[in-house]
Amino acid sequence: MTTATLDSARTRSKAAARRRVRRDLLKHLGLGAFVLLMLYPLAWMIVSSLKPDHLVLTEPGLVPSEITFDNFVEGWHALNRPFSVFFLNSLLVTVGAIAGNLFSCSLTAFALARLEFRMRGVYIAITLVSVMLPMHVLVIPQYIFFSQLDLVNTYFPLIVPKFLATDAFFIYLMVQFIRTIPRDLDRAAWIDGSGPFRTFWYVILPLMRPALVTTTIFTFIWTWNDFFVPLIYLTSPKMFTVPVALNSMVDSESQGGVGMLFAMSLVSLLPVLIFFAVAQKQLIRGIATTGLK
Amino acid sequence: MPIKRARRGPRGQGAAAHVFLIPWWLGLVLVTAVPLLASLYLAFTDYNILSSPEFNGLANFRRMFEDEYFWAAVRVTLVYVLVSIPLQLGFALLLALVLDRGLRGLAFYRSAFYLPSLLGTSVAVAILWRQVFGDSGLMDRALSFFGLELGSWLQNPSLSLSTLIVLNVWTFGSPMVIFLAGLRQIPEELYEAARVDGASVVRQFTGVTIPLLTPIIFFNLILQTIGAFQTFTQAHVVSGGTGGPANSTLFYTLYIYQQGFTNFDMGYASALAWMLMAAICLVTAVHFVLSKYWVFYGDD
Repeated sequence: MTTATLDSARTRSKAAARRRVRRDLLKHLGLGAFVLLMLYPLAWMIVSSLKPDHLVLTEPGLVPSEITFDNFVEGWHALNRPFSVFFLNSLLVTVGAIAGNLFSCSLTAFALARLEFRMRGVYIAITLVSVMLPMHVLVIPQYIFFSQLDLVNTYFPLIVPKFLATDAFFIYLMVQFIRTIPRDLDRAAWIDGSGPFRTFWYVILPLMRPALVTTTIFTFIWTWNDFFVPLIYLTSPKMFTVPVALNSMVDSESQGGVGMLFAMSLVSLLPVLIFFAVAQKQLIRGIATTGLK
Repeated sequence: MPIKRARRGPRGQGAAAHVFLIPWWLGLVLVTAVPLLASLYLAFTDYNILSSPEFNGLANFRRMFEDEYFWAAVRVTLVYVLVSIPLQLGFALLLALVLDRGLRGLAFYRSAFYLPSLLGTSVAVAILWRQVFGDSGLMDRALSFFGLELGSWLQNPSLSLSTLIVLNVWTFGSPMVIFLAGLRQIPEELYEAARVDGASVVRQFTGVTIPLLTPIIFFNLILQTIGAFQTFTQAHVVSGGTGGPANSTLFYTLYIYQQGFTNFDMGYASALAWMLMAAICLVTAVHFVLSKYWVFYGDD
């Protein structure tokens, strides 16, 4: 190759690199503007919760002219009970749901992914179909059932189903994960004389940690945000979870201000935001893998 | 000679499996199967939870056809699904394509776009939406800056549903993450081969990217459609549980809730729920049939 062609190749690649930089810069500008637009309402909520009430709707901008924490203090006590009651209720339900899903889904997933038994395919098919089953078609008989057991206005209807492997999504996620664990490990345990229970407990369960973490995170966020089920079952305010309490605050909006509503909404999202900040990698991986395999 | 498959584990696996599956069995019977059949039975009865159910044949279904609220709910839900899903998936695909192939800051953008998906079904964000689209809310101010005076979107029957459509589009992050993972699975060799054959960027996109992405598009379409049919929280909070103004946000599940848990007309609510289930099954089946014409599962 002559020097001339080399030089021209170099200028060409330089020009291409420059074009690339310019294109990426344009992309970043566009994406940045779009991120701003997407997150603006959330930023507005955060800022508004720090403003005195009369400024919330008169200042659409993000720089408050006056800062106060009154909304948080008053909002916390806006209902007949402090919000700490609702937070504890939500925490109790969420922890129960997480324990239930980890327990029941891991047992089920291990059996479906590793043990050989008749009609295993049918079991897997039923599990898959039940992911798509709309809960509204089940909720009325379930409600009647729980009310006959006198369990309305308790947390049993919110937690017990989780112990019975009814969040099929997580079974699916765990089955997919167990399938990536090499069979040789089970076989080694089997040769060493372990039965299925010991293999599950000492070999598979420890290796399933990433799937268990993903299950914990998603169960936390979905249960924390869940509104429909607590709305149906929890009738007395002292049992309310945070979303139901927030909703009852909207109903009494006329008395309270928008700032208070925003402050409590923000506080209610904090646990989810913290989980997101800590575990975004697992969350995104969880979404991506269950979506693909 | 047939080769006998080696046993994969110790004996007695069948028995052990059923011990492992005890919670699953209980859940299947008590939480899923029995309620499913019970609600099918209740759909043909008049039942208000206080007195025992009375069989009334097809009365609930006949009632639906004359029930203007039922038709309002069907219309609202269908408009919502038909408008918001294409927009949501369109944004998801577009952003995934922009973010794919080595753009710096991918992790940041992905997280920023995904965040609304996590929050989108919360009561808190629905409350925020009430204010954004409410009287002198953000939207009102932004539009009046451009000289458009629409007032509160939530009081306006022809705009109120669009606030919830915007909310659903806002949560395009989770299908976007799935698209991104799908794009990453497309082998680079295919693009190289296409370039060697002299394919332009556009041709690579229509000839390689899109066909290989169709299974993912299909998956997202099914998942988001089923989810959208069951939208409840947002509609309940934004309309204060009424589905108003003028039934413009009376989502189907909200109507089931009103009939079942406000009026305690549980027979009718069960019939409504079964119609929803039938609709979801039908739509999913149609998607599967149509998928033969556009989803590409590789050459066999």
